[in-house]
Amino acid sequence: MTNIQYLAPTTLDEAVSLYAAAAGSARILAGGTDLLVQLRSGMINPGIIIDIKKIKELNSIEQKADGSFVVGASVSGTQLAKHSSFGKTWPGVLEALNLIGSTQVQGRASLGGNLCNGSPAGDSIPALIAAEATVNIQGPNGSRQLAVKDVLSGPGSTNLSQDEIAVNFIFPTRQLGSGDAYLRMIPRTEMDIAVVGCGVNLTLENNICTSATVGLGAVAPVVLEVEAAAEALVGNKIEEETLERAAEACRAVCNPIDDKRGTIAYRTKVAGVLMKRAATIASQRAEGA
Amino acid sequence: MAKMHVSTTINGEPEEFLCEPNETMLDVLRDRLNLTGSKEGCGSGDCGACSIMLNDTLVCSCLMLGAEAEGAEIKTIEGMADGLSLHPLQQKFLESAALQCGICTPGMLVAAKALLDENPDPTETEVRFWLAGNLCRCTGYDKIVRAVLDTAEEIRGKA
Repeated sequence: MTNIQYLAPTTLDEAVSLYAAAAGSARILAGGTDLLVQLRSGMINPGIIIDIKKIKELNSIEQKADGSFVVGASVSGTQLAKHSSFGKTWPGVLEALNLIGSTQVQGRASLGGNLCNGSPAGDSIPALIAAEATVNIQGPNGSRQLAVKDVLSGPGSTNLSQDEIAVNFIFPTRQLGSGDAYLRMIPRTEMDIAVVGCGVNLTLENNICTSATVGLGAVAPVVLEVEAAAEALVGNKIEEETLERAAEACRAVCNPIDDKRGTIAYRTKVAGVLMKRAATIASQRAEGA
Repeated sequence: MAKMHVSTTINGEPEEFLCEPNETMLDVLRDRLNLTGSKEGCGSGDCGACSIMLNDTLVCSCLMLGAEAEGAEIKTIEGMADGLSLHPLQQKFLESAALQCGICTPGMLVAAKALLDENPDPTETEVRFWLAGNLCRCTGYDKIVRAVLDTAEEIRGKA
């Protein structure tokens, strides 16, 4: 075993210089619900573990005057659920994050960890894509923003370079008449990995969908944004005919694995079903908003 | 490997320990502090037998590093009874035979107390979902869920 170090910097600058100096041998610790399992099983063997939870930007939730939200990458599911207004504005994002693991896991699991772990089945990612969330990324040469849909590059890998840290997520200002929802299919009621996950975010004006974004997980090497499904929704009432066209667009982009949880045919079919149901819930929420 | 010096609070008492940087809180509790009430079932956050409270949030101590306890408030099963008098949940688990082998029991109790502290009047569904991360291979859960609901009712009656 190598000489491992644990460090808990209190500023972002300090974290970034430590991470850059480690040149790829460090791992970021947010909630640790993936990292500690990987450490223990010997999948990873980092020289330095950098705990980012003591850094304010990474561990706080802020609602700006324009209604947009900034959520730290290491904020836990429990923290976000307890926030007074986030869940009312973005119920789909919150329900997606809160579906990850048990109550105990919720006490630690974070949006940043779920995204950077890079799983194609990460539950919060389709909802983040649907919400058109962007992530602030900080490296030694400055900061940049990436749309969540552009973060994943393959199973377990991201487009962040080895010296960059995900800092926080920005959720845009909500238009009146908007709603979002996330649904996932698992073979049991709780505590499992998505066979399919679908996030839908839409805006209604006089019952007509004026904008929509659809995120689809666990059916391809990365979580997908399904633009064709959104196009099928926009300009129409959220009714069966519209939903079926959007579902067909979801089925068309599926390129899933075949495993014990679901066959290719099953995952593809369920992708359409979940999109329809999530869009229906999102439109009910939009009507109530 | 240089050991880390950690100052924390466990069950209301200040505590200091040395641990390896990659040592879990569960290993610290069991092997360094002799607090062996928290159990290791899976070591991967699936079974909940190692449940503790970290700054009033329910977590798996197997998914936390000992080093993360620096400056934190930790509560374990050892702090649940008040001296010789059991917590109402512990008493009810005994009376209702809500345990058999006992391995899951400390985690069940810590998790159930966290629920009742937050929600004194949970529905059966809420209890079952809250405890979904605590696996029991003996009881079939029914007696555990009923014991939690009965304790909640008893505590509400006294309040």
